[in-house]
Amino acid sequence: MKITFPRMGKLDMVLSDLFNRSGIDYIVPPQTSAKTLQLGLRYSPEFACLPLKITIGNFIEALEQGADTLLMAGGVGPCRFGYYAEIQRCVLEDAGYKFDMIVLEPPAAGWKLFVDTLKLLAPGKSVYQIWRLVRVSFKKARMMDELEKYTLKYRCYELHQGDSTRAYKKALAIIDAAYSEAEIDAVCEEAFAVLEGVEKDMERDVLKMGIIGEFFILLEPFINFDVEEWLGNMGVSLDRSVYVTDWISPSTKNPIMGISDEEIAQAAKPYLNHFVGGEGLPSVGHSVIYGCEGFDGILHLFPFTCMPDTIAKSILPQVSRDFDIPSISFVIDEQTGRAGTLTRLEAFLDLLNSKKTHKRTGATAEFALSK
Amino acid sequence: MRGFLGIDVGSVSTNLVVTDERGDIVNYIYIRTKGQPIVAVKDGMRQLALEISDDVELAGVGTTGSARYLSGVMVGADIVKNEITAHAVAASHVVPQVRTVLEIGGQDSKIILLRDGIVVDFAMNTVCAAGTGSFLDHQAARLGIPIEEFGDYALKSSASCQIAGRCSVFAESDMIHKQQMGYRMEDIIYGLCQALVRNYLNNLAKGKDLLAPIVFQGGVAANAGMKKAFEDALQAEVTIPKHYHVMGALGAALLARASVRDKATNFKGFEVADIDYQTRSFHCKGCENNCEIVKIQVAGKAIACWGGRCGKWDVQTPEEAESLLQGAGV
Repeated sequence: MKITFPRMGKLDMVLSDLFNRSGIDYIVPPQTSAKTLQLGLRYSPEFACLPLKITIGNFIEALEQGADTLLMAGGVGPCRFGYYAEIQRCVLEDAGYKFDMIVLEPPAAGWKLFVDTLKLLAPGKSVYQIWRLVRVSFKKARMMDELEKYTLKYRCYELHQGDSTRAYKKALAIIDAAYSEAEIDAVCEEAFAVLEGVEKDMERDVLKMGIIGEFFILLEPFINFDVEEWLGNMGVSLDRSVYVTDWISPSTKNPIMGISDEEIAQAAKPYLNHFVGGEGLPSVGHSVIYGCEGFDGILHLFPFTCMPDTIAKSILPQVSRDFDIPSISFVIDEQTGRAGTLTRLEAFLDLLNSKKTHKRTGATAEFALSK
Repeated sequence: MRGFLGIDVGSVSTNLVVTDERGDIVNYIYIRTKGQPIVAVKDGMRQLALEISDDVELAGVGTTGSARYLSGVMVGADIVKNEITAHAVAASHVVPQVRTVLEIGGQDSKIILLRDGIVVDFAMNTVCAAGTGSFLDHQAARLGIPIEEFGDYALKSSASCQIAGRCSVFAESDMIHKQQMGYRMEDIIYGLCQALVRNYLNNLAKGKDLLAPIVFQGGVAANAGMKKAFEDALQAEVTIPKHYHVMGALGAALLARASVRDKATNFKGFEVADIDYQTRSFHCKGCENNCEIVKIQVAGKAIACWGGRCGKWDVQTPEEAESLLQGAGV
């Protein structure tokens, strides 16, 4: 068995770690690129959302490199993501590929199903052994997420453009090389020291922006046009509502944000009081939280035809009004252009900057924007 | 006298505006871009050099529009701004109390909401391009009516005719259908204006408070039929500024004026009209992204590059560009 999986942010590092530890043979698909997208588009139904098209592309690239087993996450609720593994199976079989497919349904779909799938992944191991393996990889993943969170927040303060990104990659590599729980604990400080070592100007006047939306679009930089790095370079301190570990274990806690699902649901309640699938409810809840915390603006990203986040988008203007926090939504698919997106985002930053400057100094738009 | 130059290179037109210190327009040039931004900017600069009064000394330059980076590098801009911000700045300069700006250009439609001179919300068409100037241009040409008279036809309409305007392609086929059915040309043209306004309001203005004063600018504001259709739909008076077609350039000039308050201008002078610029593109092999990078050259030497996703190619000086290019072996 040579297993492979779709790419999504740093998910490949988490899963490789787990497979190395459990002795499973695997192939990491090539980094998502224009070629991945082309392959995915060739076989996908047009009105499926971009995540399906990209992941089909990932699978094809991995299958062509010799993978024979596809690992895909399942899901529950009104978002069609839960059905994507089946669609992928059909699409790829129709395209003539031979493979097995393992669908990892979330515990919310039934614990027994979840455990049975884990056993399929690690034959001959007890549930306790599997749990221990997963625990170490998960710990590592959380560490990586913390590094990313730090980078998003502080990139805008760097003195030399590009330092934060380089430091982040270096810090990731340090954590990635650690094997046991003890080793992870030992290198944690070293990894953070690399990030803290980046020369910064903390006096710099920056904007604080929260990013919400559908997790795949948020976590995969190829699809979101590396918007986080771009915003960091434009002087924006970022806080993202979802990280890889939040997505892997969403049922109880949201450890990176430090906000539990109940708190998010509570925050969203005046606007949306029930689960609508995907990130619909969290998108609303997080935008309320960013509003309460006095962020300057909210960026909302989601795939074209995504039902849950379309619901969130229609609610967002009300949240914006109530909390006096401007928001902008981008609907992304393979037809979306980078230049157009960045032009609108640039105008949005101008809006935030002039609002902030006007509040403080009463300056007119023209002078506030002439920086 | 100190003057400020604003350049807006859009899909259809390239506009240059020179303002005085108060921000009033003293010269403007309006030419067609014809898909060749470099040629258009050079032509514009050449014309401006002839028309501008000798006692005007250009103290600041700003560029905007989709070719803002390219034109910014060519002329040595002090500020390079997106067209949404430039249009907002210009509108609130001309009509200080403005709260809603409707802007329709060749390719883009924008709506900008201001409160107390500050932009509080905006939208620019993303999903569909219906309602843009190029489409009206195309329809005028198809019907053999000069674009300048197109709006007047709409005003002669007595009974408007419903046109399906969700998408320009279908709007056109619906128009053809109505013509074959025997509807009057005037009614069809006004129906088209109404369809475009409907599309604009549905696409961009959904859920927004469109408060008066409302300013309508961009090339399409020349079309009296569009103005009337907006007034009918919004039940409010719509103001068209005197220089409605060069507002982007005016905004760029005003931003340039503000940006050079405490520094000297980077303006390279009117000689830029005679320099030979070449553009070349190549794929960066730095990582898997394989970004397509554009470089702008003068006499075989790179003066600027852009297009990369990682920020590596966003260089500040020609020297940086040259050394990066050598490092990458291109």
